[in-house]
Amino acid sequence: MRRTFTIAAVAALTLSGAAACSSDSSGGGSKSKTITVAYQKFGAFIQMDEQMKKVKAAYEAAHTGYTVKLLPIEASENDYYTKLSLMNRSPSTAPDVMYEDTFLVNTDIQAGFLAPIDQYLSSWPDWSQFSDTAKTAAKALDGKTYGVPMGTDTRALWYNKDLFAKAGLTVPWQPKSWQDVLTAARTIKAKLPGVTPLNIYSGKAAGEGATMQGFEMLLYGTNNQLYDDSAKKWVASSPGFLDSLNVIKTVFGDKLGPDQQDALNPNFGTSVSNELLPGGKLAIDLDGSWLSGAWLTGGAKPWPQWSTVLGQAAMPTQNGQAPGSTSMSGGWVLSVGAHAKDKKAAFDYVSLSLNKDNAQAYDIAASQIAERADVAADPAYLKSNPSLKFFTDLVQVTHFRPAYAEYPHVSDAIQVAMEAVMTGQLTPEKAAAAYSDQLKAAVGPDKVASGS
Amino acid sequence: MTSVTPLQAPAVRELDVAPRRGSGNRLARFAPLAPALLLLLIFFAGPMLWSVYTAFTNLALTGSSTVDFVGLDNFTRMAHDASFLNSLKLTLLFVVGSAVIGQNTLGLLIALLLRGRRRLVRSVVTGLVIAAWAVPETVAGFCWYAFLYRTGTLNALLSHFGIEQNWLYTTPMLAVILANVWRGTAFSMLVYSAALSEVPPDLTEAAAMDGASGWQRLRHITLPLIRRAIVSNLMLITLQTLASFGLIFVMTGGGPGTASQTTPLYMYQQSFKFYQLGYGTAMALVLLIIGALFSVIYLRLIRLED
Repeated sequence: MRRTFTIAAVAALTLSGAAACSSDSSGGGSKSKTITVAYQKFGAFIQMDEQMKKVKAAYEAAHTGYTVKLLPIEASENDYYTKLSLMNRSPSTAPDVMYEDTFLVNTDIQAGFLAPIDQYLSSWPDWSQFSDTAKTAAKALDGKTYGVPMGTDTRALWYNKDLFAKAGLTVPWQPKSWQDVLTAARTIKAKLPGVTPLNIYSGKAAGEGATMQGFEMLLYGTNNQLYDDSAKKWVASSPGFLDSLNVIKTVFGDKLGPDQQDALNPNFGTSVSNELLPGGKLAIDLDGSWLSGAWLTGGAKPWPQWSTVLGQAAMPTQNGQAPGSTSMSGGWVLSVGAHAKDKKAAFDYVSLSLNKDNAQAYDIAASQIAERADVAADPAYLKSNPSLKFFTDLVQVTHFRPAYAEYPHVSDAIQVAMEAVMTGQLTPEKAAAAYSDQLKAAVGPDKVASGS
Repeated sequence: MTSVTPLQAPAVRELDVAPRRGSGNRLARFAPLAPALLLLLIFFAGPMLWSVYTAFTNLALTGSSTVDFVGLDNFTRMAHDASFLNSLKLTLLFVVGSAVIGQNTLGLLIALLLRGRRRLVRSVVTGLVIAAWAVPETVAGFCWYAFLYRTGTLNALLSHFGIEQNWLYTTPMLAVILANVWRGTAFSMLVYSAALSEVPPDLTEAAAMDGASGWQRLRHITLPLIRRAIVSNLMLITLQTLASFGLIFVMTGGGPGTASQTTPLYMYQQSFKFYQLGYGTAMALVLLIIGALFSVIYLRLIRLED
């Protein structure tokens, strides 16, 4: 009796094991080759899915014997990172080609998820079309490149021309320093009660938006940055860090910004783009190039007048020091998975997805800033959205975040410091000191340099 | 199944006296259970053991290609992590406030009040209370968000009296505790209704004849008789509330700042935003131990009352 039971149990286990194996091998079978492509598809973001379907058809037509298996992951941004990481943890589920946020590229390289593609890039003529900044987007600490950029974004000041005219400010507006921005906000506060003069995202509720659209847009306009590339160390509180926090203090302390309670609502970003800006309730907004996407026909809040009502101005550096303005860029790349069996075939898929025509179609559909020089110069691309030329030009002065594994912790520490200052819990000096401590705890004291 | 000995007292005793009637027979009895047992081992015990193991490693979702055994590092880190200690304090406040005091007392009160009422009253009240329970967690969370938010229903009503504030901002813990009481009371009410129906009416009647007041009858007759139900109810709602995530996540997201960041929310942040799975599971283990401690306390307390 016992023996039969044991045999049955062993048989059952073997069967289930065998079933698992067979399903594994069908993923990367040797006879007809399969390329798996993982990307995000969520809510209104369906442009990537559309694009990948087109590329799949083209790829299969050009490469006989290959099939492309699309794996759209339906999840919000943060959950997409999690799901992609989970897929990458096992070679049997790791995709061959994946859509990667530049902000996680280094982290995923350290985890061994991505494969370097330098040998393929060197024989890809199109690679010369990418700007030097774009080429560094997916360049790791080891000097190798792990992805091809699809498109990027930049950040700047959006302002309401009607409100500016009512307040007696000159339009078009281009502030030369932080002081100019604050002066304009003060004028609006005095002349137009009921209108929020200036929005700078701040606090934990806005998440990465507070760090990047808010704090880093200030900090990277000072003489300091978050990370010292030459020393390979994080910078503890620097004069620029303190000055940036002081701007937050001024904006919220002098009531130039939104009410703290509103700014700390996790849904505040949505109300900015869907209510405050279209409703003429917000005069100046430090925000992303993608903002107009919500107002296009088919967007979340169609608002055809946006291009005449709103103007864009580059974010000035602190005192107008060279190059005069600043911006921050994120963006996504296509990478080849470290577990891909046929890396050349996977790279071919990447290069096909990002040739001139495909990159242009995607950048227009997803309101992305082009990374390829030939797309950026194409009249069809420039005409697709009136604000595109402005935001594309900002690529000249833009910065990327220090995309290392510790960045999420650092970003969180910045949000904590911002929130403490905006709510008046801490003075900027004390919040900067607290940031230094939190930074040392998060990345290790040996990786922190004191600011100069 | 024919060989299975009927589970009657004499038969059991017979087994004790003569246990060696062939081990094959015994095994055969367990054979039908084997598939279920196997599934439980793989899908229940497996993940549990794995999470205990990962609590002692530096497992990360991404950012590192190796997993090292780090011993008690995660736990010593927790002891010095002010955010974790703060989250633990909030979790205890949340459990005691919303489960032990709120759901438990309110559930018992409703069950007591409903005793002996007309059928119509009973079904209306029970129906309403259970409706709150039947609503999915995220929906309940959003309802409360919409109710308490600055331009929400509550403020629209209160503005007639000149009081207005953002409850989720000024009193986030109170807000989530209230919401959890609202949502979870039905469970306690059902447990206590069932328990109360088992209390023989003649006992309370006799006590009433002897001149015992309502409070005395409750204290000395009803409560001792339903103490088993009290223990199981307390244990169940404590464990449920300890792990509560969705409601708080939807209502406040742990904010403002960390003012309502209970341990499950902090765990989520560490595991899925900072990718420190090892540290996250270590916290889960601590929560498990806290749950066990609560259970021990309940068992002790109720036995002492006996």
